[in-house]
Amino acid sequence: MSNKEHDVTRRQFLNYTLMGVGGFMAAGLLTPMVRFAIDPLLREEKGGKMVDVMAVKDITTEPQRKTFSIDKVDGWHKFKEQKIAYIFKKDNGEIMALSPVCTHLGCTVSWNDDPAHPNQFHCPCHGGRYTKDGINIPGTPPPAPLSVYEMKVKDGRLYLGAEKPRGGA
Amino acid sequence: MLQKVYDYIDERLDITPLWRDLADHEVPEHVNPAYHFSAFVYCFGGLTFFTIVIQILSGMFLTMYYVPDINNAWDSVYYLQNQVAYGQIVRGMHHWGASITIVMVFLHTLRVFFTGAYKKPRELNWIVGVLLFFVILGLGFTGYLLPWDMKALFATKVGLQIAESFPFIGDWIKLLLQGSDIVGAQTLARFFAIHVFFLPALLMGLMAAHFLMIRRQGISGPL
Ligand code: HEM
Ligand code: FES
Repeated sequence: MSNKEHDVTRRQFLNYTLMGVGGFMAAGLLTPMVRFAIDPLLREEKGGKMVDVMAVKDITTEPQRKTFSIDKVDGWHKFKEQKIAYIFKKDNGEIMALSPVCTHLGCTVSWNDDPAHPNQFHCPCHGGRYTKDGINIPGTPPPAPLSVYEMKVKDGRLYLGAEKPRGGA
Repeated sequence: MLQKVYDYIDERLDITPLWRDLADHEVPEHVNPAYHFSAFVYCFGGLTFFTIVIQILSGMFLTMYYVPDINNAWDSVYYLQNQVAYGQIVRGMHHWGASITIVMVFLHTLRVFFTGAYKKPRELNWIVGVLLFFVILGLGFTGYLLPWDMKALFATKVGLQIAESFPFIGDWIKLLLQGSDIVGAQTLARFFAIHVFFLPALLMGLMAAHFLMIRRQGISGPL
């Protein structure tokens, strides 16, 4: 057969085979390494265990600051992570547990420590404020309400789990 | 699209001659296994380079998880191998690749020796080659300590005692490498620095010199 009967020239054929084989080898090398590097992106979050934080009968309508610790696994490092929750009963009697992590840039808010704005959560970093229910007050920096902890009540004790964000407002 | 990007750059920087120079470089008949199968021995240099590329790439990725600290090194290697996706493969590439690299360097050296390619005017490149060989052995030695298991510890103790047996300055070499009076925290930190910064930098410099000299002198003629 002569070259003229084919649509592919010898040069093209060599180009394609070289690029094909080279591409195959490069992909074989890089795929495992790239997948290895992006592992944190594709890891599924494991729901942690709920932790016993306080007795339900001690919960008041005034937010109380409670600390508790959860078992945290960070790669090869296992440790107890300290958590803070502001726990109170809403007017309708429902229990609420707020995370004090400011939704602006992550500073820690405190309850009722700003004399100019009593009975609010206040963030020291850029003056973010939230109502008692953790709703961000318009005109202050935070873009969303404080996260709430997942909770359950068992045998008169309050257990807290992961914090759930409540979307932007 | 790609062609357009290429043309845009080429129009401004005239990059075609840069790669054309390599692409049009003819492979002499006596080193081309397509003509004489026995010419495959001329592939070992390129294969050494290929395995070094694998070592550098897989090593860079390993450092994303590895930590050079006596309390965490072993756990970090265990984690990256068993918990991270493809960890076993990436560590395996580096682990087996290290041995294959050394085998390839050795075979390449044998080829150069038995074809007499080290003779004038290529003596300087033989010297650079020997330095490359030592740098690669150094990478193997310093890398071996990093997983911080028993095998790593005792292999390093033995290696350091070999260094200690060097006449006159042996004690001094050992202390310098060990960084302490025992194989411990400071040894691991040092070996890590040598393994991932100092020797790879040297390796790349020497490889550049090696290849420039080959381009300058051409490959040695047939037997
Ligand atoms: C010719 C080049 C190289 C050789 C021969 C080599 C050799 C080795 C060896 C023998 C080990 C022990 C592996 C094991 O026992 O599983 C090791 C570990 C390691 N190397 Fe290299 N290496 C090279 C280049 C590099 C480079 C360029 C880097 C980083 C930029 C690197 C990073 C590492 C790391 C982080 C470890 C510890 C992780 C582990 O042990 O699996 N290596 N190397
Ligand atoms: S971090 Fe709280 S207001 Fe900016």
